[in-house]
Amino acid sequence: MAAKEYAGKTVELDADGNLANQADWSEDIAKSLAQEEGINGLTERHWVVVNYMRKEFQTKGDAPSIRKLTKESGVDTKELYSLFPGGPAKKAARIAGLPKPKGCI
Amino acid sequence: MAEPIKKVSIVVSRGSLEGVYPALIMANGARMEGIEATLFFTFFGLYGVIDKKMDHLKVATVGNPAMCVPSAMGPGLPTWIGALPGMSWFATGMMKKEIEKLDIPPIREFIEMIHDAGCEIYGCKATVDMFHLTKKDFCPQVDEIISVGQFYEKSAGAQIIFT
Repeated sequence: MAAKEYAGKTVELDADGNLANQADWSEDIAKSLAQEEGINGLTERHWVVVNYMRKEFQTKGDAPSIRKLTKESGVDTKELYSLFPGGPAKKAARIAGLPKPKGCI
Repeated sequence: MAEPIKKVSIVVSRGSLEGVYPALIMANGARMEGIEATLFFTFFGLYGVIDKKMDHLKVATVGNPAMCVPSAMGPGLPTWIGALPGMSWFATGMMKKEIEKLDIPPIREFIEMIHDAGCEIYGCKATVDMFHLTKKDFCPQVDEIISVGQFYEKSAGAQIIFT
């Protein structure tokens, strides 16, 4: 397991480069993870997605499917792809401090 | 490390429910991974994007020796039983229920979702002509009816997947 410093804090990462311990997550860490994913500055709309994913993960134990995400978070597919270019579910999960989503959809 | 896949071009040639879904799942999965994706519907695969037909695709219960009832590990379904009236309707209902449980959308919604995700959707000109169809017969997500030559042009640099 690798460790890396984000927002002045050293955190453990899993094999995919996502946070190994969700307890390490903070909004500042989310911001630097986002920067690493090429997203400079998380907007209010990014936070809608990130917070929805964290909430879903806490209750269901896995990240939501992209269909559920677009239906329930209020962010539609087009916007989702423009907010997180090049892999919305994967990137949003990483920024949210969650493991890479396991589902196919 | 091997070069990651950057672009896929998926050909859909079959018009049964189990013929169309795998291609849509792969196209959507590609976009979710940040891979460019193109869907090309040809022959009976076109039924997956014909406006009046796409909501009524069915599972083929004949000619599939792997088809088992009532579930995947049950005994095989003899072809002559699969041919009885209502069998395809029944199997389709069962599969749609399972698909919904996995949160996989119905065909029309899935096509909309994939198109919104930036996947280009094309129909095959040769088949469109053969079936006497026009662009108007298709759902609005079909970007264009193209020839096989155009398909190869648009697939430049892509991995082509035939389903």
